[in-house]
Amino acid sequence: MSTTRTDTVAAPRRFPLREVVIFVALLVAVLGVYGIMGAAYSTRMLVEASCYAILALGLTIQWGYAGQFNAGVMGFVALGGFCAMFFSVPVNEAFWDSELPGELAVVLGYIVGAALVVFGASRLDRLGVPKKLRTVITVALAVVLYLVVISAFRGVAGQIESQAGFVGGLGLPSWVGWIVGGVLAGGVGYFIGHVCLGLRSDYLAIATIGIAEIIKAFLKNSDWLTRGTATVSPLPWPVPGPAEVGFTLARALYLSVTAVLIAAIFFLLHRAYHAPWGRMIRAIRDNEISSAAMGKNINRRRLEIFVLGCILMGIGGAVLASFNSLFDPQGYLPLNHTFLVLVMVILGGPGNNLGTIFGAVAVYIIWLMSEPLALFLMELAVNFGESTFGWDAPASLDSRALQARVFVIGLLITLVLRFAPKGLLPEKTKHVD
Amino acid sequence: MPLLDARDVHGGYGGMNILNGVDMAIEADEIGVIVGPNGAGKSTMLKAVFGLLRVSQGEILLRGEPIHNLPPNRLVQKGMGFVPQEYNVFPSLSVKENLQMGAYLKPGNVKRMLSRVYEFFPPLKDKRHQPAGELSGGQRQMVAMGRALMAEPEVLLLDEPTAGLSPRYMNEIFERVKEVNAAGVGILMVEQNAKQALAIADKGFVLAAGQNRFTDTGAALLADPDVAKSFLGG
Amino acid sequence: MNELVFFINNVVIAGSVAGSIYAIGAVGVTLIFSIMRFAHFAHGDMMTFGAFMVLLLTTLFPQAGAALGVPTPLIMLPLAMALTALLAVGIDRTFYKPLRAHGVKPIVMVIASLGVTLMLQGLIRLFAGTGGESLYVDDRKEIFRIPLPIEGVRVPVVITEPQLYLFALTLMSVVALHFFLSRSRLGKAMRAMSDNPDLARASGINTNTIVAVTWVLAGGLAAIAGTLLSLDVTFKPDLSFFLLLPIFAAAIVGGVGHPYGAIAGGFVVGFAETLAVFNWGILLRPFRDSLPEWLSLPGNLAFVGTEYKIVVPFFILVAILVWRPTGIFKGKVI
Repeated sequence: MSTTRTDTVAAPRRFPLREVVIFVALLVAVLGVYGIMGAAYSTRMLVEASCYAILALGLTIQWGYAGQFNAGVMGFVALGGFCAMFFSVPVNEAFWDSELPGELAVVLGYIVGAALVVFGASRLDRLGVPKKLRTVITVALAVVLYLVVISAFRGVAGQIESQAGFVGGLGLPSWVGWIVGGVLAGGVGYFIGHVCLGLRSDYLAIATIGIAEIIKAFLKNSDWLTRGTATVSPLPWPVPGPAEVGFTLARALYLSVTAVLIAAIFFLLHRAYHAPWGRMIRAIRDNEISSAAMGKNINRRRLEIFVLGCILMGIGGAVLASFNSLFDPQGYLPLNHTFLVLVMVILGGPGNNLGTIFGAVAVYIIWLMSEPLALFLMELAVNFGESTFGWDAPASLDSRALQARVFVIGLLITLVLRFAPKGLLPEKTKHVD
Repeated sequence: MPLLDARDVHGGYGGMNILNGVDMAIEADEIGVIVGPNGAGKSTMLKAVFGLLRVSQGEILLRGEPIHNLPPNRLVQKGMGFVPQEYNVFPSLSVKENLQMGAYLKPGNVKRMLSRVYEFFPPLKDKRHQPAGELSGGQRQMVAMGRALMAEPEVLLLDEPTAGLSPRYMNEIFERVKEVNAAGVGILMVEQNAKQALAIADKGFVLAAGQNRFTDTGAALLADPDVAKSFLGG
Repeated sequence: MNELVFFINNVVIAGSVAGSIYAIGAVGVTLIFSIMRFAHFAHGDMMTFGAFMVLLLTTLFPQAGAALGVPTPLIMLPLAMALTALLAVGIDRTFYKPLRAHGVKPIVMVIASLGVTLMLQGLIRLFAGTGGESLYVDDRKEIFRIPLPIEGVRVPVVITEPQLYLFALTLMSVVALHFFLSRSRLGKAMRAMSDNPDLARASGINTNTIVAVTWVLAGGLAAIAGTLLSLDVTFKPDLSFFLLLPIFAAAIVGGVGHPYGAIAGGFVVGFAETLAVFNWGILLRPFRDSLPEWLSLPGNLAFVGTEYKIVVPFFILVAILVWRPTGIFKGKVI
């Protein structure tokens, strides 16, 4: 930014040697992958890495800016992926031409009605009903109405599954799903943040792990909405697909979309970070009590940052699902969609956007390369074992070899926390000397 | 040889020096009282003696043996007891369990010392099965002192034992301190109620800005018009 | 009356089984929380590790139990507890202690424990594969069908042998833990340190010892809980993330840092789960003819399907955090 503030003295401008060296190394690695694996593969890797960079930016503002630890990134990613699928997949005529939409609407109406009745019952004390009696009435009504509504709902859902497969999509452009995915993830984030942000930071981690598993369970088992384990594919792209222009060019076009997205997010975050809002966020993270004493509304700011992070995760998840052209609820794994992102953030530099993007790309390359490497090493070990001891290797060895990557990710997390707690590119804090 | 002898003690938190050369010495069976204005380093000095704060210069001797910068559990073994000003009981443990914790390093003491502590503080015996967190402020202070006495210390460090107590309990605590001392335990305590504390003190140390301002017997300090004017409110 | 027996089998017994497992798991979590002040997310995998050790030892010496007339896994449990305790202490020394010495925020410890959980997961699956395996390698699971001596009751109460052992073990662990915490010198010192670590230090309590003892206890309890779970169903290496939520919900419901609360919380969560997936329509069956039509229509009156069981602990967690974050027994760590 060109404006300089008078109350903070910028550190003397120096040549950003560390940044340049690190990014040159990254560039060399990317070029190396291009040379060995070919352009189509490598471009796909870059697109996926850039989707992960969006997720990582979401986590870096929660963890790096505000010290909130979200252990359920996967859930928000899955929500985004679901929205990308739901909005962009073609309309399912078999569903809309039947009377099922009407029945579904009626059941949804019941649900709203039941919710209103229960809400009304919870306000009975305003009419002079004793509070205890009100609570009993409300709980009893809620239980009975819930059971009635949910079984009606199960009926309709079952009919949809048997007659039409699933509700299908809305046939809208991909970006609509991306935006709604962000909004939906932000909404869930608001709910979680509202409950947990005033309490110990551990509770947020527990709750986010929980909500992520719940979102996954919901998406996996709601066959009427998502086809569940049957998966939905293909998802249309916002740019010409491989069938029209070939793999490399199509993926390159997609890469340009994600690059623009990241640039926009990066710019906006940079502005926000240096704006009064960003300073306030960091002040709260570094010294909660004195910030509160200065009259900052801490919980409000915390909620804002948490929701913002979740929105980014939703968008990133949507973009990723569109690119994979596949919505598979079972494919969302804590390892791939929570802990990988966590490693990207803490390795790159929590709170440093550039470091986070670096971390995302670098870790993703390592992650992809580690799969053939793990298989190769396991094969070596098996060959060695067979020739030396006549060891009869179990059949499921490949899947076990991949578990070694789980171990490595875990080890990486603990090592980085201990030896480089600020990451490779630490957050820059201005010093007033 | 003095029981406790601190010579030219310097120390503080982080880079900030709070103590800038404090001397104090008490004999066995004496009561030493540290008084002075807020921020003079009174509590800091006590913490330095008990190893809760790094001493950067100077030395602290217990019966002639250097003890500065030893960890607290070693000091307890060497015969020192410490009663912090706040959070000085285990609130969810019963009174008896609190006292047992005091003799953690000397399990053989428990039976004998429990009855002695109950003699010093009779109210504790009736409440021995009650959680310490449910007691009144004065009774908690008794639990805290009792806990420290369980290890049979030669010297007991008390950090503002009467802070926040009603005048009735305040007098009672001063009485107990005198009794404990009469039983042969050296006392070094920090007090806000300077007049009352100096009245029972054998030695008084008036600190200001991390240094000794006046050092004398309690009675002499009470009589000194300079001390009275600057530190005892006239 | 058949419906009542059905209720006993599906709710009372199943709920007690789940409750016991959660209770033992939650006690470990709450002990760690009360001494080290962080949520130990690797607890689920410590449970899995304990069960895996039992499986390994049972596979190695399948006949060991026959000599004493008890299932082999139970013979191997004490050994597995020792191994898991050793693992827990080792993990603390290698990964948590350096961070603690650095004075990091509790949330960083939480992240480190997630790193540890991944490492354990990777190791266990590397050696155990990802499929389920029964701990009853060479033994036969006895199933007792107890017919009730009441006229017209055809359905027997069903309880399995491992479930009986489970109740016995749970009771023993709880009693042993109670005596340890309320009678022993170390147990009291542990409670003291959880109350006020500074004062504990000033009393001469060696806090490093207490930390080690806590890990030994937590590891041993985790091995028990994991083995009980695997005895009841099968050993599955990938359970840990599904265990975390109910166990932490139980610890928070009971008031974090409160061992007895954690036990109560474990049973609250266990029963809530089984009640929520129980088909209440069965209890209404005897009154089928006298019911209004809109209520008799639905055949399945369960609150949630079994596939959504994980919603129950989450709902309990959110509810307790909203209304009473200190838990029902007023935990000391919020």
